[in-house]
Amino acid sequence: MSYFGDIVHGIGSLLNGMKVTSKYLFLAPKEIITQYYPDNRDTLKMFDRFRGEVIMPHDAENMHRCTGCQSCEIACPNGSIEIVWDRVVNEETGKKVKVIDKHIYHLSMCTMCGLCIQACPTEAIVWGQNFENSVTDRTQLTKVLNKPGSKVHPDVKE
Amino acid sequence: MQQEYIVKDPFKTEEYMINMGPQHPATHGVLRLVLTIDGEIIKKVEPDLGYIHRSIEKMCEYDTYQQIVHLTDRMDYLSSHINNEAVCLTVEKALELEVPERVKVIRTIIGELTRLASHQLWWGVFGMDIGGLTTYFYAFRDREMINDIFEETCGARLTMNYNVPGGLMFDIHPNFVNRTKAFIKHFKTKLPEYDQLLTGNIIFEKRTKGVGVISKEDAISFGVTGPTARGSGLVSDIRKSHPYSAYDRVNFNEVLFTEGDTWSRYKVRIQEMWESISIIEQLIDNIPEGDFKVPTKAVIKLPKGEFYQRVETARGELGVYINSDGNKNPYRLKFRSPGFSNLSILDHVARGSKLGDLVAIMASFDLVIPDIDR
Repeated sequence: MSYFGDIVHGIGSLLNGMKVTSKYLFLAPKEIITQYYPDNRDTLKMFDRFRGEVIMPHDAENMHRCTGCQSCEIACPNGSIEIVWDRVVNEETGKKVKVIDKHIYHLSMCTMCGLCIQACPTEAIVWGQNFENSVTDRTQLTKVLNKPGSKVHPDVKE
Repeated sequence: MQQEYIVKDPFKTEEYMINMGPQHPATHGVLRLVLTIDGEIIKKVEPDLGYIHRSIEKMCEYDTYQQIVHLTDRMDYLSSHINNEAVCLTVEKALELEVPERVKVIRTIIGELTRLASHQLWWGVFGMDIGGLTTYFYAFRDREMINDIFEETCGARLTMNYNVPGGLMFDIHPNFVNRTKAFIKHFKTKLPEYDQLLTGNIIFEKRTKGVGVISKEDAISFGVTGPTARGSGLVSDIRKSHPYSAYDRVNFNEVLFTEGDTWSRYKVRIQEMWESISIIEQLIDNIPEGDFKVPTKAVIKLPKGEFYQRVETARGELGVYINSDGNKNPYRLKFRSPGFSNLSILDHVARGSKLGDLVAIMASFDLVIPDIDR
């Protein structure tokens, strides 16, 4: 190709690319995919399977579904879950039953693999939607999932 | 007394060494290259690894087979689903477990979506390395749709951990098929724009054509795989030669270009995006009904022996080698990662080229550093 032909071809190729960019200059409002994140907190809804953090739902009477079987603790690859448990005499049946004292969850070690939730036989732990976990001290990321004074739901059998 | 300085050769230059990385935007992570250069001509490239070594292979020896899967997310994070699949396929091979057809098809679709996402990101970053920031934003705009599909079905955008030995962790989301179809429809109109924006660009052509030529013989002797090897005309697609999952029932072409330069590696990946779209289109309409998982024991114990499975990730061949002694943990687990082998040819290719071309060559290899270091 001749010298001047090269120049014309070069400029043409640049203009060809600019056709795309200038198209979006005018179409831009239709194509915006970014979200105004901190401002849209009220309306922001994550997908239902979103893996934010592990939580333990409690019902209105402060009851959870954890029997302390430790399946999640065994399934966890990183040791993010520790369960402190004890055997307590059940007043109705008179038998000794395993009861959790503390379900400790180290969010700082969790890789969100989801194996604990798959392993749980009673659906005591589920995924939470919260993803804003920045704190000033990493000890604040160690959480006790069961609320103080909570009990096992009577429907849940070990 | 006045001294006389006599300069014998005023144009004599000396070799010197500089560090490129570990914190350099064009090394895409924490890769440190010790360059020996003379002026602007590269004499030697010594990659220095270990900045992001997490001893994943050693950690695998203390984990059960279900737990190993999530570690592979952290190797090549841009093709995490394919890495998960590789481990699961190896375990299934060892257990002689036949997974349902539904699982195979879903794995293939999500694997191809992963490949698309990876190639999109590579395209954006390649343009950025060469000097055009626009491509980066265009690529991320389209990649966002794939990430939404992953987030809805798998729960995570990047480190998905959706595979388990024996199938999938849970069934696909009801919206999965519609979302994927919408994405394919959208991306088919956007992919020609990629060509228009970058492929024909004169600056881009001059930066890439004839730069960093890998001959077919070199590609074989250095163990280069994936799109990097296919740019040199080396037939190396595991999906074609050793089909796994549902690749044996779809029609697709192995993309080959013979020039071996940065330009042809670019064209391979662009063409592979079209092939991935075609694979997804063939499978998405008829996902077979059935279970999404074969029940396995809570603690999987593999029989004694050695097991190996190869898959094609977005970067090349990933091999998983498991040496089992019959316990719940592997005795030894080795990953043959594509990035490590592809990096080994960098010194050979970059010698004699300019410093600016090194960035283009590295970008065309599509290196992911955690995959190299593990």
